[in-house]
Amino acid sequence: MLDLHGYGPAIFKGAILTLEVAFLSLFIALLLGMLAAVARLSKNKVLNGIAMVYTTVIRGVPDLVLMLLIFFGAQIGVNAFSDVLYDRYGIDFYININEFVAGVTTIGFIFGAYMGETFRGAFLAVEHGQIEAGRAYGMSAWQVFKRITVPQMIRHAIPGIGNNWLVLVKTTALVSVIGLEDMVRLAKEAAGAVHEPFLFFIPVAAVYLALTSVSEYVLKRLEIRFSAGVVRA
Amino acid sequence: MYETIEQLLANNDIFTLSTVLEYWDGLVMTVQLVFLSLIIGLVLAIPLAILRTSENWLVNRSVWLFTYIFRGTPLLIQLYIIYYGVAYIDGIQQSMFWPIVREAYVPTLFAFVLNTAAYTTEIFRGAIVATGRGEIEAAMAYGMSRGKCMRRIILPSAFRRALPAYSNEVIFMLHASSIASVVTIIDITGAARDVYARYYAPFEAFTFAALIYLCLTFILVFGFKQWEKRWHRHLRPLSS
Repeated sequence: MLDLHGYGPAIFKGAILTLEVAFLSLFIALLLGMLAAVARLSKNKVLNGIAMVYTTVIRGVPDLVLMLLIFFGAQIGVNAFSDVLYDRYGIDFYININEFVAGVTTIGFIFGAYMGETFRGAFLAVEHGQIEAGRAYGMSAWQVFKRITVPQMIRHAIPGIGNNWLVLVKTTALVSVIGLEDMVRLAKEAAGAVHEPFLFFIPVAAVYLALTSVSEYVLKRLEIRFSAGVVRA
Repeated sequence: MYETIEQLLANNDIFTLSTVLEYWDGLVMTVQLVFLSLIIGLVLAIPLAILRTSENWLVNRSVWLFTYIFRGTPLLIQLYIIYYGVAYIDGIQQSMFWPIVREAYVPTLFAFVLNTAAYTTEIFRGAIVATGRGEIEAAMAYGMSRGKCMRRIILPSAFRRALPAYSNEVIFMLHASSIASVVTIIDITGAARDVYARYYAPFEAFTFAALIYLCLTFILVFGFKQWEKRWHRHLRPLSS
């Protein structure tokens, strides 16, 4: 359909890669966010402090700087680590941090901080009487968490998760800067080769626009679904 | 104090005077870019937000289309389209604007302004729409025209309501400005990339940049909190 001087199929593959990065990092972000929120609300001072530093520092630094730091910095860290292993114990162990791993972990790590704040707010929004009632029924803390808190906090968290997801999708464009062959990078290379920037960047922009539009629609449906049984004023 | 700093610089391989100066220039560039794009974006966003609440379907929808496109695509793509696209506008290379436009600065500023204007427009629209019905009716009853009502009643209270969301947008813009380094501008991130390339010290170079951004973010958060205290004084509970 769209040939784009023969670059069409490659850019399509890049679009698939963008989607992979987005979904994988969303998964990591949700996991880290849940951990951060639980740590933030726990009575353990150390856990609480770690989670607070994590959510504050990460949200105060641009994504691109963190991405460059992790991509270039982590490789040197890993190299130093494998040197020590080899010198001391003779273990030949080496990991090459590639762009894909660096991109996905960085975006997941960044949005974990945002998700953490979203989840924290959602946990706090669950009525305390509900939790007390669970306790009164003789449920353990874990049972209360699993059966009462989580199902009710999801409803409060969905709008926040949705906003974070929309920002995350747009942030995936940054992986092109650290060299991952996503659709942005491919479009840039093609535009440079053929000298037609609009021809390549506008379709890529349209893909992002379609992605955010579809996401918004799905999120609206999800919100309705999870608000079942809530009486609106 | 001054001597200790001098000593610290003398005993350091990476953070020499020239590196620190490069970071300083980067800081100036970042602050300048962010400040200019926010001011111009704000000036554009106020009339756009008013048009966005217009009852004329065509006016309303065309502003909506602008905000929809600029909020739905990554800033990086917008920057690429403007930065690489500007050279291909017919006749621009012969025109008097070419020497200005050829540098990365003006296209970058242009992209940032349009992006922040789109977000700010939607923030203000939300604040304008949330104006109490009674306030507008009272203004009408006093015989104010629509323009006068907008100027005297709706906008002053809408600005107050928009402040918390707008402070988020300002911080978002500060963070987004690091993208300028991709098109050869030496802002804080650009300086860090330069230092990284020169000394092959990614950890030090990018951590230092991150610390500068962190300080800037904290200053902004603190400043907006003070501002909110002033503007939302009427919303504070009586006892405190």
